[in-house]
Amino acid sequence: MALNVTDLRVYYRTLRGEVKALDGVTFSVADGEIMGLAGESGSGKSTLAKSLIRLDGRMRHVGGTVELDGAAMPLSDDDAMDEFRFRKVSLIPQYSMSALNPTRKIGRMVGELLDSRGERPDRAELERRLELVGLSKDVLDRYPIELSGGMKQRVVMVVSTLLNPSLLIADEVTSALDVSSQKAVATTLLGFRDRGLVTSMMVVTHDISLVYQIADSIMVMYAGRLAEKAPADVLVTAPRHPYTQQLVSALPEVGVRYEDRRLAGIPGSPPSLLKPPGGCRFRDRCPLAFDQCAEQPPFAEVAPGHLVACWKAE
Amino acid sequence: MRYEALHFALRNRKLVAGTVVILVFLVAGLAGPLMFDHGPNDYVGPPMAAPSGEFWFGTTTFGQDVFAQFLYGLRATFLVGVLGGVLAAAVGMVVGFVAGYRGGWVDELLTMLTNIVLVLPALVVLLIVNAYLGVRSIGVQALFIGLTSWPWAARAIRAQTFSLRSRDFVDLARLSGVRTPRIILREIAPNMSSYLFLTFILLFGSAILIAASLDFIGLGPTEGVSLGLMLNNAARWSALQLGLWWWFIPPGAGITAIVGALYVMNVGLDEVFNPKLREM
Amino acid sequence: MLKLDGVSKVYRVGAFGGRELKAVSDVSFEVGEGEVVSLIGESGSGKSTLGRMILRLASVSGGTITLDGRDITSIKDRKEYYRQVQGVFQDPFSCYNPVFRADRVFAMIKEQYFPRAGADEWRKRVEGALESVRLDPGNVLGKYPHQLSGGQLQRMLIARAVLLDIRLLVADEIISMLDASTRIDVLNLLADLRARGLGILFVTHDLSLGNYVSDRTVVLRHGKIVEMGRTDLVFGSPAHPYTRSLLASVPRLHAKWTDAEMTDAVEDVPCAYHEAPQESRTRPGLAEIDSDHYVACADKEKA
Ligand SMILES: Nc1ncnc2c1ncn2[C@@H]1O[C@H](COP(=O)(O)OP(=O)(O)OP(=O)(O)O)[C@@H](O)[C@H]1O
Ligand SMILES: Nc1ncnc2c1ncn2[C@@H]1O[C@H](COP(=O)(O)OP(=O)(O)O)[C@@H](O)[C@H]1O
Ligand code: SF4
Ligand SMILES: [Mg+2]
Ligand SMILES: [Mg+2]
Repeated sequence: MALNVTDLRVYYRTLRGEVKALDGVTFSVADGEIMGLAGESGSGKSTLAKSLIRLDGRMRHVGGTVELDGAAMPLSDDDAMDEFRFRKVSLIPQYSMSALNPTRKIGRMVGELLDSRGERPDRAELERRLELVGLSKDVLDRYPIELSGGMKQRVVMVVSTLLNPSLLIADEVTSALDVSSQKAVATTLLGFRDRGLVTSMMVVTHDISLVYQIADSIMVMYAGRLAEKAPADVLVTAPRHPYTQQLVSALPEVGVRYEDRRLAGIPGSPPSLLKPPGGCRFRDRCPLAFDQCAEQPPFAEVAPGHLVACWKAE
Repeated sequence: MRYEALHFALRNRKLVAGTVVILVFLVAGLAGPLMFDHGPNDYVGPPMAAPSGEFWFGTTTFGQDVFAQFLYGLRATFLVGVLGGVLAAAVGMVVGFVAGYRGGWVDELLTMLTNIVLVLPALVVLLIVNAYLGVRSIGVQALFIGLTSWPWAARAIRAQTFSLRSRDFVDLARLSGVRTPRIILREIAPNMSSYLFLTFILLFGSAILIAASLDFIGLGPTEGVSLGLMLNNAARWSALQLGLWWWFIPPGAGITAIVGALYVMNVGLDEVFNPKLREM
Repeated sequence: MLKLDGVSKVYRVGAFGGRELKAVSDVSFEVGEGEVVSLIGESGSGKSTLGRMILRLASVSGGTITLDGRDITSIKDRKEYYRQVQGVFQDPFSCYNPVFRADRVFAMIKEQYFPRAGADEWRKRVEGALESVRLDPGNVLGKYPHQLSGGQLQRMLIARAVLLDIRLLVADEIISMLDASTRIDVLNLLADLRARGLGILFVTHDLSLGNYVSDRTVVLRHGKIVEMGRTDLVFGSPAHPYTRSLLASVPRLHAKWTDAEMTDAVEDVPCAYHEAPQESRTRPGLAEIDSDHYVACADKEKA
């Protein structure tokens, strides 16, 4: 097993109390698995991604363990985590593409970045990798403003995987791209796995139809907890959790028009994570809710590789 | 956000300690001189008297009360710091905001001006100004300091403004029909209020230091008394050689304490405003 | 209502503005009352630049933009213009000043446009606008931006625009940050606004969403229009290879990219522009191949 997360809890400290952004999350990602991670905004996807790399000042590791390739990751020990960062786990953060410094040439920026991680840039390897993702080595001599969004995103991806991490976390890497660049980036991710440059991958996205194209499994989060994890095609064709069902049915397909068929979102809004209600967190919005839902449903396996946190799913 | 800053401010030891030191000196400088019925430069006691119950900090070679001079000097030092700091901050802010927000040729022009003032050897200019006009009062000295020490502040503010200007909320304010000066004041400045505050504190400290060094090398005001002038006089009349330690230690320690406290405050404020540095 | 005529935009980039970058060139289209026009193109194709020019946040380098026949740059009173035309941007998080409460965006409108409105009356108005975007006023008022989710912030921005009884809304990629269910809520809201007579320029890179709400579609590439016209025609019988390749890469549920037979053969399809008769070239660089379906020359692109 590449990644094993057990009952992970990470809270944000604020003046009004603790935001329970990750509240008991248990899952694993197998060697060679590409796992999509979806869910409403604010459900804790980025928090999960960040937790596996670096806890910032306001995040507190409250409980639970994370194991990568059999070694426990010391989440709350910033210095000890250095051993894991970039070498074993690498994160492509949300908006990393727009964060490229516009006044620096790409090549120089890559050099500085590797320098700051104490690695010597291997120019030949870098060029080989760029070629792999369909970029010519000339991009190193260009400024970020001269590259399209898709090209920038691929540069960032090459840099983050230069050290062959076992786990790559990509947070919303395709949200700002048009469909053809999205496809190029998504296939690049797939290529990284197939060539063994990264062992497994977690792809955070709002675009379920996109992640469906490349992922082996998809996990859905809701309000700081896991709702469902299943093989990709099972999740989109036969979801068992009411939240996933509504989420999937809210996806428009090309050809669907407003006049013909009005799609419906999920009424209501997710609960506050400052003082989340007990029991199933989807209860207020769930059409199937019943008495037992006042108790928290376990994240239980209903079929091989298919886990659901819902009393009705069993 | 506001309350949050206050919450952390009151819990930050560096900030609280720095502020207390500054307040003590400020109160001493403001209220202290009222204790005396004589001026700071009056010859009131025996010459070269060591500190005693009557003259707490002793007297100078001429029999002037060092304690009175120290308290009056504090007043002058704060005055120079505030006037010079406010002036430099004001010029720096106007130049920085306008250059950063307007961009284009306005920016290029103002940046050029900033760079010219930045590389101008202020000391040489002061020597020339002094030779022709003479620096008479603390006000003139503050004016000079203010007009020469704004460039780095302008540059820093320009850079910040430049990056804030392209944020969408500025565009949204424009879409709401808000005019440019108001956008700068109400949208951009509040976002860097911590930064502006820090800038002012640094300018305040550096104005005091510049004033003291000018005084010390004899380019200070010809009237009045300041901590720098006290040091200058002490050196001029060989206080060190004569063993009159009470003459030069109080002003030296005063300047060091004030400037030191300002810098400690600065570090503390940085921690308060910068979430990354907050110790929780 | 809104008409773009040969609009271009040149940015000066590099040290001393030495190099020119043509972000938009010679773009003409209209947005009518109660019409949703979607503007589709990859990132960097000039969509936001067009939107910003319409919103008068960027100067126009060439051509004219008119509202009801009046050149918008000749409307001296910006406030009057913004009473009719408003925008919502892509990143809701950066649209709010982080040091103030989020509802300040409403206060700003009151301050500028309704200074005499009573506090109670105004509160009712704001609550009405929030309810029209399906937000619970009690849930969002009085909070700081970081305490609200992207979807809530985005809907508040739409409510802000609605407060002004605007006639045209420029929506620049307003849904790419939202999750699927919130996306649909926002889209349905836009459709409702359209029914009230609002014209909407819906900038997006997501074809299925563009198709879902829009009446007409403009496909932009490298700052030029490659194809435009009625949405059903552009999506149903795309004539330009770029549009076709976009449609082919749309991720679909239930059909993987690898399954779909890839239309790589598009290269061999003859250029619709040249095939079209001479008299159909009614707009510069575009041929009308069907009623309200225009396409640009594909051969020139390749060259
Ligand atoms: N610095 C912070 N302080 C307090 N709360 C925070 C902070 N950052 C995030 N949160 C809260 O933690 C929860 C999870 O946030 P997170 O960024 O992980 O969401 P997400 O699933 O990645 O959403 P999105 O899809 O919008 O990126 C949210 O309720 C958010 O408001
Ligand atoms: N302020 C600017 N200065 C210089 N170039 C810019 C500026 N804004 C946008 N551009 C350039 O103009 C082109 C179009 O950008 P934009 O309109 O933002 O595209 P889109 O919204 O379709 O992604 C891009 O090449 C971009 O780099
Ligand atoms: S546990 Fe109950 S409330 Fe929760 S999703 Fe299942 S049925 Fe709905
Ligand atoms: Mg996120
Ligand atoms: Mg854009």
